[in-house]
Amino acid sequence: MSDFSPDFALESAPALELRNISKRFGDLHALTNVSLTLRAGTVHALLGENGAGKTTLMRIAFGMISPDAGQVVIANNPVKLRSPSDAIKAGIGMVHQHFMLVPAMSVAENLELGSTGRFDIARAAQRVTTLGEETGLKLDPYSKVSSLGVAAQQRLEILRALARNARIVILDEPTAVLAPVESRYLLTVMRKLVSQGRSVVLITHKLRDALQYADDISVLRHGRLVLHETANHVTEDSLARAMLGQQPGEPPPSDSNPVPAPSSDIPVIQLRNATISGALSGRSLHNVSLEVRRGEIVGIAALNNAAADLLRVLAHRADAQDGIVTLPPNVGFVPEDRQRDALVSDFRLFENIALRDSGARSGQMPWPAIRTRTESIVKQFDVRTTSSDVNASALSGGNQQKLVLGRELDDDPAALVAENPTRGLDVLATENIKRQLRAAAARGCAIVFYSSDLEELVELASRTIVVRDGAVVPVDRSEEAIGFALLQSTTA
Amino acid sequence: MIDLATLTLVSDMLVRATPLILAGLAVAFAFQAGVLNIGAEGQLLIGAASATAIALAATPLLGRAVILFSLTGGAAAGALWALIAAELRRRYQVLEVISTIMLNFVAIFLVGFLVRGPLQEPTHVYPQTLELPPQARLPLLIPGTRLHAGFAIAIITCITGWWILRHTAAGFRLRVVGANPDAARMAGRINIEKTARNVFLISGALAGLAGAIEIHGVTFALYENLSPGYGYTAIAVALLAALNPLLVLITGIFFGALETLASALQRDAGIPATLVSVLEAAIILLVLAVQSIRSRRVPRTAVSET
Amino acid sequence: MTDVASGFLESTVRTATPLLFAALGETVVERSGVINIALEGSIICGALGGAVAASHAGAGTSWIVAGISGMVLAILLAVFVVVLRSDQIITGTAITLLGLGLTGALYRQIYGPSGAALTIATMPAASIPFLSGIPIIGRAFFSQPAAAYLVYVLIPIMSWWMYRTHSGLALRAIGENPAAAVAAGIRAARIQFAAILFGGLMGGVAGGFLVIAQAGTFSEGMSAGRGFIAIAIVVLGRWRPAGVAIAALVFGATTALQYLFQTMGWNLPYQLFLALPYLLTLLALAGIAGRAHAPASLGKWIAND
Repeated sequence: MSDFSPDFALESAPALELRNISKRFGDLHALTNVSLTLRAGTVHALLGENGAGKTTLMRIAFGMISPDAGQVVIANNPVKLRSPSDAIKAGIGMVHQHFMLVPAMSVAENLELGSTGRFDIARAAQRVTTLGEETGLKLDPYSKVSSLGVAAQQRLEILRALARNARIVILDEPTAVLAPVESRYLLTVMRKLVSQGRSVVLITHKLRDALQYADDISVLRHGRLVLHETANHVTEDSLARAMLGQQPGEPPPSDSNPVPAPSSDIPVIQLRNATISGALSGRSLHNVSLEVRRGEIVGIAALNNAAADLLRVLAHRADAQDGIVTLPPNVGFVPEDRQRDALVSDFRLFENIALRDSGARSGQMPWPAIRTRTESIVKQFDVRTTSSDVNASALSGGNQQKLVLGRELDDDPAALVAENPTRGLDVLATENIKRQLRAAAARGCAIVFYSSDLEELVELASRTIVVRDGAVVPVDRSEEAIGFALLQSTTA
Repeated sequence: MIDLATLTLVSDMLVRATPLILAGLAVAFAFQAGVLNIGAEGQLLIGAASATAIALAATPLLGRAVILFSLTGGAAAGALWALIAAELRRRYQVLEVISTIMLNFVAIFLVGFLVRGPLQEPTHVYPQTLELPPQARLPLLIPGTRLHAGFAIAIITCITGWWILRHTAAGFRLRVVGANPDAARMAGRINIEKTARNVFLISGALAGLAGAIEIHGVTFALYENLSPGYGYTAIAVALLAALNPLLVLITGIFFGALETLASALQRDAGIPATLVSVLEAAIILLVLAVQSIRSRRVPRTAVSET
Repeated sequence: MTDVASGFLESTVRTATPLLFAALGETVVERSGVINIALEGSIICGALGGAVAASHAGAGTSWIVAGISGMVLAILLAVFVVVLRSDQIITGTAITLLGLGLTGALYRQIYGPSGAALTIATMPAASIPFLSGIPIIGRAFFSQPAAAYLVYVLIPIMSWWMYRTHSGLALRAIGENPAAAVAAGIRAARIQFAAILFGGLMGGVAGGFLVIAQAGTFSEGMSAGRGFIAIAIVVLGRWRPAGVAIAALVFGATTALQYLFQTMGWNLPYQLFLALPYLLTLLALAGIAGRAHAPASLGKWIAND
């Protein structure tokens, strides 16, 4: 199946070891006690869904983030990496998913970036050519990066890592932006690098690439390591199950919750052949058609923020570039970044409640009525607070989210859009939110929500769609189907 | 009964405070909305110039009623002067800090030109306008002192301003935009551009009014160096009041008192009037420190990109 | 006729020189991604520092004191913005107001309205032999106070440094794509800090120039908005030292126009000419020419290491 490196690899020290790494971002446990061993002279694939922790783990290896616990060990020597500069000196190079290049500068200048010693553009240009011949990644040293296509930019990213004498190369989703032919080529180059004595970590969500090109495979799920095997001991099926959370042999969960049937035929939300620019997600969506009826709960699955623009168009917070968009007035919106987009931290609770229709309101602010509304929202949505006079910043994440949801649902809107509404919340708050969403749908509200947790998506939604490769596509309401739809390379 | 000397001193303080209160209000409103209007000085001068022109031209026709028109005209002129910066910001993303300061200088030169040219007094000797006729002067609140009705206008404006910010939807929108523009857009669906423009207009109008009132209550003529930096002191006034309109009333009087006392002390005891400038500078430094601790940008960690 | 042209050019260069010092410093700062609204404050502090030093010590010391005075104010900005990560614009504004107020207060404290106003002998023009004899441009460019010639040296050095050294490359990368710079191992925070200090130093020198080489005295607020005009010059000059030099001359020319018009006998109110640099600043900032060339991350991001 792959070039299995013979016993000599087992005898030499592992190129890189990550031991018991943990990392928290506020409420969010990004990594919990993760260990990974990169054997010298091998390719190690790191698999996982969006949000599993793969990039965070490798950023720790590259010194961009410091871990809360755990150690980074290079060739049996523990190292302290305080910045990418330290990592580069230790022989680690990283090729990022979002390129770290300076568009206004030339290829040679980008290559020189961060080096020391005498500055010699001609010599840098020479290196570009030499490395190009060695690896097969050819580039014109003097062209500006902004004029290069995506594949060429990636070649430059790799050359940069190699130019700094990286013995350990981390590739973060390198084939995500490449066409099939380019992907093949890249992965072949990767094996060539390894045959020249380097070791590679390949972060990817593409099962087939991992099986075909890697020697070892690790799978992360929700910040934990769930699988660590050599490539010839796993199958596509077992990998998928590990990524999606099913134990091998376990039957997929049946359609548990009875789905409320839509109560009318007229769609509350309607998109027809809409074009949505990728201001936030980086990729535009074309020919989007979607209808949501009263009482329906539509779940959206997507990788990497791909649904962000779509959600905002549905919530009427952004406009579509083309096509027909029909929305009810006052669509509720629960954004993912509530601190930034949904609340004013320094305002008190009742002032935050007043945000909801403040754009259209005129005349006096009816504070007594708003306070009363706040009290009732606090009670109904179980927001734990001493009074409605405290600042929003005094509430915990879960209570803030309950408040925001309560605010958006309070005037019984015809539709509500939620972006990862239970992300980072504890179990109780999560259940609360889910309960409220179901109740709202039962009252007739049309709900569209995005969740990075496939289990939750299937549990809550009456219907599921996937945002993938610039299109919006319906998909069967099961974790397997959705998982495969997301994980499968369209270029395979 | 209060003796005359004290009465005179107190009324002088309040007179000195009046433009500081109004300009301070102008700055407070703007800063509350996140608009860094450093141009109160220029807007004040433009307001003063316009008011003077209107008063001189229209008093024969309107008599006492001219005050109403010239104060309004002064406010409107200040608003228009601020609108220049507003449009530069909206269309070309020019930082209003810079544009309003540039316009301050232009306003100074404009006034200089007016008082040596079109508006100069008929003998063409002094760089100033004719003096305002008595009907165009603001009535006194306390006869025998210099305390004019402008102070009462300032008080009323502060209270009105406070009420607008606290109790109207427009005031609420203004505060939201200043506190968190992202939430204003996403949660409040507030039109930020429109709100910002309105704030520029209100702020300019208040500063213009301050200038107009100075003309009609104190100087009775337009000349160069009309303002000893009211527009800049107003920034300290607003910051010390934590941008609260009611507190601006207090801090405005405080600074007015300080500056009056400093001049008096200097005359009588030879103590230089640097106290006020140092205090203003210290306040700004203090606010700077507090502001920086509060506005710390917590790096948005890669929540969505693990 | 040549006298008129020569006089016009002299006036242009004289006005442009302090602006250019400040603008060259600002170029480095903005290339690192920071907008230095505190520049005006650095200029006025440099002016006072230079003035006080000149009245007590020799010329050399006064230049150094001027530069350091400007730099001290810039340290304040650097700490608040790079270390404490406060808002660049608000912080810069506050520091400038602080600088203006403090210098005014200090000046009155030391010299007082009753005391003798500060006067110092201004630096005389130091003509470069032969070059200053070139018709029309000779006197303008080569018969300036010696300190001005520093600019002629600075421009090529800065150009070379920005485009032909690793540190210059690093600086430009931070202003364009700070994430890329950090990922390449560049210590972005240190470079931004140093850049801001350099900007303050140059601002201080600009202020010193106003006093020591031109006015011979200090007056409150004598910086007269030059810090902001310098920012516009950087925009017009497209963030390149050579371009900035030309842009500074353009601004200098607007003030010199007054002289030109007078000798031609055209009578326009002189206030118009006084206002021209400020109006031109507005135009330049509005992007009538060149804003598209700004460092991509200008004003947006502060280093995190």
